[in-house]
Amino acid sequence: MSIVKSVTCPVCGCLCDDIELTIADGAVVQVKNGCAMCEAKFFSHNNEHRSTTPLMRKDGELVPVSYDEAIQKSAEILANATYPILYGWSSTDCEAQRIGVALAEEVGGVLDNTAVVCHGPSILGVQDVGIPTCTLGQVRHRADLIIYWGCDPWSAHPRHLERYTSFTDGRFEGSEWKSYINKVKAAAGKKKLRSLERKGILKERHPRVAPSVHDNKPPEILNKKGRKLIVVDVRKSMTAEIADYFLQVEYGKDYELIQTVRALVKDQELDVEKVAGVPVEYIQQLVDSMTSCEFGVIFFGMGLTQSAGKFRNIDVAISLVRDLNMRTKFAILPMRGHFNVTGANTVFTWQSGYPYGIDFSMGYPRYNPGETTVVDILMREESDAGLVIASDPVSNFPRRAAEHLVKNPLIVIDPHMNATSLVGDIVFPVSIVGIEKAGTAYRMDHVPLPLKKVVDPPKGLLSDEEILNRILNEVRKIKLKNLEVA
Amino acid sequence: MVQEKLNLILLTGRTIEQGVGKESGKGTQEYFQSTTMVYMDETDMNKLELRNNDHVLLSTEEGSVVLRAVRHPRGAMPGLVYIPYGPWANAICSTKTTSIGMPSFKGTPVEVQPALNQPILTLKELLRKEFGR
Ligand code: SF4
Repeated sequence: MSIVKSVTCPVCGCLCDDIELTIADGAVVQVKNGCAMCEAKFFSHNNEHRSTTPLMRKDGELVPVSYDEAIQKSAEILANATYPILYGWSSTDCEAQRIGVALAEEVGGVLDNTAVVCHGPSILGVQDVGIPTCTLGQVRHRADLIIYWGCDPWSAHPRHLERYTSFTDGRFEGSEWKSYINKVKAAAGKKKLRSLERKGILKERHPRVAPSVHDNKPPEILNKKGRKLIVVDVRKSMTAEIADYFLQVEYGKDYELIQTVRALVKDQELDVEKVAGVPVEYIQQLVDSMTSCEFGVIFFGMGLTQSAGKFRNIDVAISLVRDLNMRTKFAILPMRGHFNVTGANTVFTWQSGYPYGIDFSMGYPRYNPGETTVVDILMREESDAGLVIASDPVSNFPRRAAEHLVKNPLIVIDPHMNATSLVGDIVFPVSIVGIEKAGTAYRMDHVPLPLKKVVDPPKGLLSDEEILNRILNEVRKIKLKNLEVA
Repeated sequence: MVQEKLNLILLTGRTIEQGVGKESGKGTQEYFQSTTMVYMDETDMNKLELRNNDHVLLSTEEGSVVLRAVRHPRGAMPGLVYIPYGPWANAICSTKTTSIGMPSFKGTPVEVQPALNQPILTLKELLRKEFGR
């Protein structure tokens, strides 16, 4: 039995690098410090859903084949396709991503990563107006106002609060953990009373009524000392429940609300009473907390990028932060999802000039979101082959887009069986990056961190990097041969 | 007043259960349970006379899917339904990318009606129905 310390968790964009693993008989048996998703991932390396042999579809069924055969066939598919899609990349290391760029260029395909369906609009917003940002270390040590807008870290980035924001003890700002515990205790007490009432042990004081969007008055607590936590969302998420103040915005009206906040930050008068379902006086209190803080940070997520307005929401959110910097110090950060989606954008940008949706079909990189992005290409039914790596578009794309992907030859590289590999034509099993293979990944604030290899992969399994490299070599050979024949 | 169906807005997104499910493996029971449900507002459920875990049929321009209705545990969200990301949610999600590459994962108009006796498809059944594989 051995213990490995300071392991980086290869799940979400927080990239927590304080995980402690206990290894016995070549398997992870205990995970310390990690959240539930982290545990699930580290334990998944030896569960029964792992794929261990390359598969190829023959007569409608997936049958086991050798790596050599699968690689050869994949290379033929990609080399002979006129407009292949190479998609995924966010849950693998930068080393594999780099080869992905070379392969996409070689086959004249479209290279896209999962940012296109999560923070693609954020990148467009940043390209429009720039971004005043900082690293998470700054937030941890200095931020006294944390705002989560359209995101739910408690569910999607479970340790974000505890490592980087409200519940961490920084150099200049303390943790709010204690006040949270008190709140939970109070809530638990109320719940107990209610359950006693329901059972008839206590006399019912208030009959149960369905909750409504109450007027959401900002509490006194907004004047408190110490770190403040505000959540803006369309529904009361887990994070909203623990926040000092939860502001419930009507669906699709974030843009209006942010513009209103901007107007108030600039001391403009408004002649309406409510915006986006929120009384202006409450918005004013939000603005007061913003302008009176010493260092505030806005984190934003899919609530802004996937709702009506999309990248325009990000435009105005960033512009708001720019305005706020005239009055105090403020920063803004996107809550990146997959552990290395930031790396995918970074690697693609330094190799080709563009972060996602890159079309190499003309022989040089071209980028035009809406045209060269994967969902649009699939909806126009233009691609004639696909390679999917470290992602599951059949689960995550709208069905009609996935349909065209499945219609054409589909190569899937993933350590686990998922919806995409179940419908794929060639399925490669691989070692898991960050557990069975070392590499590099970028945290959501663009800090690169090393991923460790802690156990050996099942016998004979190759890594993403090796498989891509071998496919690339085969493609080059085929192209050379075609050239000689011509 | 009891109604037969409601026209609501579909949001899709993350829940911690779906997150744990996807990391454990997409063939697991956790993943299935966490992605084949839909959070609904309590008043909306009352309008349809739904109880927790009743099956509902959700239909959009893109198609329809049967899921398990669960009362949203915190606060109100009238007019909205929330399905965790996954193939079931995406069976009915809008493909409109508004020319920037991003489909409208939040904000598809959806019609919801009780479907007490209709089964929820397993992942394999769903893939067979949609892709014939
Ligand atoms: S918060 Fe994210 S990176 Fe940190 S342990 Fe959990 S899943 Fe891993």
